[in-house]
Amino acid sequence: MNEIRVQSEDFDPGAEIAALNGEHGATGAIASFVGLVRGDNGLIAMTLDHYPGMCESEIAAHVAEARSRWPIIALRIVHRVGRLTPGERIVFVGVASSHRTAAFQAAEFLMDYLKTRAPFWKLEERQSGTSWVEAKLQDHESIKRWR
Amino acid sequence: MKILYFAWVRQKIGISEEDVTVPHSVGTVSGLVDYLSRRGPGYEAAFRDMKLLRVAVNRQHTGFDAAIGPNDEIAFFPPVTGG
Repeated sequence: MNEIRVQSEDFDPGAEIAALNGEHGATGAIASFVGLVRGDNGLIAMTLDHYPGMCESEIAAHVAEARSRWPIIALRIVHRVGRLTPGERIVFVGVASSHRTAAFQAAEFLMDYLKTRAPFWKLEERQSGTSWVEAKLQDHESIKRWR
Repeated sequence: MKILYFAWVRQKIGISEEDVTVPHSVGTVSGLVDYLSRRGPGYEAAFRDMKLLRVAVNRQHTGFDAAIGPNDEIAFFPPVTGG
């Protein structure tokens, strides 16, 4: 089972993790990641812009690739859009599998691809004004390990 | 064709999307960029440095040499920063 959601509302990580735990008893591991807005350098808020439709299709393509690489039982990705303040949740990635290695690796793979391929953009808001976040070279280095 | 702009590309051009009928000679993304750049200072500013831009045709990441036609949806945006 896959669930991919792009939404402005907050999400409940506990509820997402609970939903990953199927009833058939095959799941032995659930790995989850929650990304938060960091209040660096006087950040007041961050507004996430996105390309509706392409976000979902791009994420779905990487979900399909993750499923071809690891034995995934269930998977959930939630990405928020709109204006968020420091401490708020931005993204959830959760993967359920029989064993922990697949769950950890698939979750990390999906986060790396979300960062470098999914069409979201962050606008930071500070006392001095607003600026678009620039892509990090580090994020592009991170995906090379999956090739 | 339908053209979409995101993040600072949208801010520079001043609109988020538009329907544009281009001359038959415009057959690639690069050709479209040249054509749009001549439409005004906002376009010229947005397309000034192509290294800062990325493009998707029909919601798929692609390169500036990609072929395009009248029924395509083309989006211009900076490198993505989600997650």
